[in-house]
Amino acid sequence: MFANFDYQVILDNVGILWDGMLITFLLTGVALVGGIIFGTVLALMRLSRFKVLSFAAGRYVDAFRSTPLILVIFWFYFAMPIIGLQAIGGLGSVLIAFTLFEAAYYCEIIRAGIQSVTRAQIHAGQALGLTYFQTMQYVILPQAFRNMVPVLLTQAIVLFQDTSLVYVVGLKDFLTAADLVAVRDNRVVELYAAAAVVYFVLCFASSLWVRRLRRQYAI
Amino acid sequence: MIEIENVSKWYGDFRVLAECSTSVAKGDVVVVCGPSGSGKSTLLKCVNGLEPFQEGTITVDGVSVGDKGTNLPKLRSRIGMVFQNFELFPHMTALQNICLSQMKVLGRGPDEAEERSMKLLERVGITEHAHKHPAQLSGGQQQRVAIARALAMDPIAMMFDEPTSALDPEMISEVLDVMVDLAKEGMTMIVVTHEMGFARKVAHRVVFMDEGRIVEEAQTEAFFTTARHERTQMFLSKILEH
Repeated sequence: MFANFDYQVILDNVGILWDGMLITFLLTGVALVGGIIFGTVLALMRLSRFKVLSFAAGRYVDAFRSTPLILVIFWFYFAMPIIGLQAIGGLGSVLIAFTLFEAAYYCEIIRAGIQSVTRAQIHAGQALGLTYFQTMQYVILPQAFRNMVPVLLTQAIVLFQDTSLVYVVGLKDFLTAADLVAVRDNRVVELYAAAAVVYFVLCFASSLWVRRLRRQYAI
Repeated sequence: MIEIENVSKWYGDFRVLAECSTSVAKGDVVVVCGPSGSGKSTLLKCVNGLEPFQEGTITVDGVSVGDKGTNLPKLRSRIGMVFQNFELFPHMTALQNICLSQMKVLGRGPDEAEERSMKLLERVGITEHAHKHPAQLSGGQQQRVAIARALAMDPIAMMFDEPTSALDPEMISEVLDVMVDLAKEGMTMIVVTHEMGFARKVAHRVVFMDEGRIVEEAQTEAFFTTARHERTQMFLSKILEH
């Protein structure tokens, strides 16, 4: 089978694959940044002493963590136009789906991060006259994010792989691009192998980097 | 300046403070002592509203701490507080620790805040460490930065919660020296401590607490020589024995 492995077909289609990788990066980047921002809001809600807020955030997290990602993607991709939001478009709806889904996971990571900072630090901030939100902004969250950088990055690597699920709605990310070429040129083995190697190298290199970070932060 | 009247506080069914009453006038230095778990720290935290209490009233400079309408951040910014474990912000340098609340609460510009911070660092004797992070400082140095941080808000009173309990013995005096200077300058102070030498030297009054109650309160000399309650005498005999 590997005797007639054709490297040329990969090299000939680097442009298409690269365009797909840009979509993959875009999805990862938007879901990461959006998920962390929204996840921070959710985490603060979960830790709020106002029951309504913590209840709402808690159920949100439960809902998304109990639903397969692929279903969330389907739902936003096909249901958005039906409820009258055609303007968002295919890419837009997928970006929203990923951001909302990731936020549920980031919420729990960030909540644990905030709780890793001692209560006495909150008291120290408040004793100086800082408001609750100022204390969070300048004292607690910077420390919390420091503590959770490795976990956040590990989740980002999972997210990077999960973006390949947009295949199901035909959005041209890296995997979908590879698949298109594979089917068009009838070179399935070459293209799937190339895709696997690219995913592996990127993810493995990233996790080695995270492991090193973790050691640095551990000191 | 600080009036505490019949304050009681419960954690669930457990009463941590029982009908505590005392007052601190401007310029007073009051030492609070007692066995651990007697409610000393909790009482301090009630004064600036870090801990809520269920009964009684506390007023600071005429403002009621327990009132729903009270602007607690504003009230807290006027009372300096120093903690047992320093609680400096570990991600900031000593200087940044002192500047933060000046800029965010008092609205001072960065230059003014820095200038004042450096003066305070000079006062507590650690200008050379201004740009170090807390982890690079000794316990005594950290606590002196924490005192400078509290003083930067120009507080009307200072509260110390066992400021030397977490320190190595040879660092205790460098922190106490700063506190003695403060007291001599006329700062209003409430100090929870077991440093009886410090109490004798600068305190006007000593309050003894046990099981959430203020058992005894007396002028310093009277407290050490003619304590009336058996519980106080027992505590004193143990703490002064060695």
